[in-house]
Amino acid sequence: MQLLVHSVSVDLNNDASLVIDIPDALCERDKVKFTVHTKTTLSSFQKPEYSVQRQHEDFIWLHDTIVETEEYAGLIIPPAPPKPDFEGPREKMHKLGEGESSMTKEEYAKMKQELEKTVQVHEVFLQRLSSHPMFRKDRNFQIFLEYDQDLTVRRKNAKEMFGGFFKNMVKSADEVLISGVKEVDEFFEQEKNFLLDYSSKIKDATAKAEKMTRSHKNVADDYNHISGALNNTAADNNTAFKKHLEKCAEVFEKLRKVEDRMASDQELKLTELLRYYTRDIQAAKDLLYRRARALADYENSNKALDKARLKGKDVAQAEENQKQCLQKFDKLSESGKKELTSFKARRVVAFRKNLIEMTELEIKHAKNSVSLLQGSIEILKSN
Amino acid sequence: MPHFRQNRLCLREYFNMFNEEENRDTFDIQISVSDPEKVGDGMNAYMVYKVLTKTSLSIFSRDEVCVKRRFSDFLGLHSKLASKYMHMGYIVPPAPEKSIVGMTKVKVGKEDLSSVEFVEKRRSALERYLLRTVKHPALLKDPDVLQFLESSELPRAVSTQALSGAGILRMVNKAADAVNKMTIKMNESDAWFEEKQQQFENLDVQLRKLHASVESLVCHRKELSVNTASFAKSAAMLGNSEDHTALSRALSQLAEVEEKIDQLHQDQACADFYLISELLGDYVRLITAVKGVFDQRMKTWAKCQDAQVMLQRKREAEAKLQHANKPDKLQQAKDEIREWEGKVQQGERDFEQISKNIRREVGRFEKDRVKDFRVVIIKYLESLVHTQQQMIKYWEAFLPEAKAIA
Repeated sequence: MQLLVHSVSVDLNNDASLVIDIPDALCERDKVKFTVHTKTTLSSFQKPEYSVQRQHEDFIWLHDTIVETEEYAGLIIPPAPPKPDFEGPREKMHKLGEGESSMTKEEYAKMKQELEKTVQVHEVFLQRLSSHPMFRKDRNFQIFLEYDQDLTVRRKNAKEMFGGFFKNMVKSADEVLISGVKEVDEFFEQEKNFLLDYSSKIKDATAKAEKMTRSHKNVADDYNHISGALNNTAADNNTAFKKHLEKCAEVFEKLRKVEDRMASDQELKLTELLRYYTRDIQAAKDLLYRRARALADYENSNKALDKARLKGKDVAQAEENQKQCLQKFDKLSESGKKELTSFKARRVVAFRKNLIEMTELEIKHAKNSVSLLQGSIEILKSN
Repeated sequence: MPHFRQNRLCLREYFNMFNEEENRDTFDIQISVSDPEKVGDGMNAYMVYKVLTKTSLSIFSRDEVCVKRRFSDFLGLHSKLASKYMHMGYIVPPAPEKSIVGMTKVKVGKEDLSSVEFVEKRRSALERYLLRTVKHPALLKDPDVLQFLESSELPRAVSTQALSGAGILRMVNKAADAVNKMTIKMNESDAWFEEKQQQFENLDVQLRKLHASVESLVCHRKELSVNTASFAKSAAMLGNSEDHTALSRALSQLAEVEEKIDQLHQDQACADFYLISELLGDYVRLITAVKGVFDQRMKTWAKCQDAQVMLQRKREAEAKLQHANKPDKLQQAKDEIREWEGKVQQGERDFEQISKNIRREVGRFEKDRVKDFRVVIIKYLESLVHTQQQMIKYWEAFLPEAKAIA
């Protein structure tokens, strides 16, 4: 069985020379296939428009190759999109493929919501790359957008080359190393303190938002059960009571739909926003880590140079090494400053947009609720 | 405590429903149960409630009476009414449930939220119980009811174990068991009774399911409130940490909105509970009482049958004695025949009477049920409207703050 979802684009495209979106996603068995659509005026591309099928693993491959690229060490690497999470629905999809069982309306709706979420986050990943002056020129990014065949073979080769070593290192040591660094630069000192604190706060806010959203969904489910129970009670009752109960069942069913929609909009606009920025803050912290490592390397190269001068051996080599370490550190600092500044701007814009959209949707849904409730009250009063 | 205040508001709404315009001409009595007060200390402590009756009915000696009653007094009243009227086929409204756990907390002196909620829940249930009782035209005139409402002193109800709601239930179930053990099944000449009994069986099952769903809603709504408050705190912390001034302010304001919304959820959970959940709970117990009167009818019929069997036996015995030349025994046999003929007649009269009463009671019950549900549903939907309108207000106030992020 195939499930098509047309995405509600969260448009980060601010430049018409390279425009990317994910208009469709197909859910087949337990795999999600994204349709990546590109429109470009750049000469580096062979055609002005592309439409390719990509799986989640292709996105991860792209992210990993970018992380492993030395040239990008001074940039905030857009966080990898999380794996599409279908749990129960996945089981059902599998069974559907084998001709067993069938999905209920609710399961279908839940799947659709999950698809919406995952499309949004995969799309944003690509748009972050396309809107960045350096990433958009990345060779692998271009292959990702252009190559009309399956990327599976390429992915396997890449795994053998890099092994994900660097990624693992970053995760385990960053906090300690960053806080341990003696910072001379005021800007980086402030950023470090801010990122360390903000990181824990936003993680917490994300978790609390998730709990809140789940409670909303539970309330919607309860409305559903109440509606069903009212219909069952109406089934064998006398006319006056029966009609009444059926009307009540109808109201609760409508309430369920609104509550459900409210919950998923809140999730998309608020919870997903917080989730995303938790990952993005981590990416910013990774940048600080890389810079701290470069500083450590520079300090070590200084020590090595002094030692070499003392011994009178390999001095030229040590001098060269020290020069390169300093260059690397300066490059990371310069690039890092730019990246972190634009990161703040990007974060503010995203929060503003999502908070406004969330608020407008809350108002819209609440107004819908009011009108449907008042309509039902009128009908019930008139009987 | 705001939560507490809102409860009272909900209850006044509910209470008013019994005094709606439409009831005014047939019914002019208002009862309120209020001001729970703890009397005594430790495990001997108990709660006393103020029962205020306002009425223009002439059967009452005054038009406004205020008395103090404790929980066992209510149980005592119910027990008397049940023993007087249930066997006649009257649907006697069941008394609220006893709760050892709930009461122990109160006795031990815990002034926490759950004790306060427990007392409020009980107070509300006692009020509804009295309102339902006086709505019944026969019960309203009952001397025990009048004494309960008016008398400043009330003899202590004895052995309330047996008088608890559960005790009455056991009594009802015993009747049901007796019916089930009957070897001669009642030949239901009246399809109405068979039909109605089946309907009430079904309704019992369905209402219990509905009640369970609503209890789940109350629970989840309370969780939503807790989680919203928790998120509000977290958002406030995030706002403090945020170094962009305008965004920081917006996040703090988001936290404030969510705090207000938490309060809305709490109030809504309260409405969910007191308007719908407790009403359904009351009806589940009422249905048990209705099933009880149907069983009483079966019992009455069984008694009638037994009397007929007895009469037959006496007649047979008398016939035998006709040829035995024992004049004393013969006379005794004839007397016994007359006695049992009387019992059979009484039995048939009782059966007819209870059948008539039940038809009338069920008719009244069904009319009241429709009215109750209709009124409560409207009130509940109005509570939802109120909540949503408040949400609109809060979010509309926040929108410019979000737009102000520059």
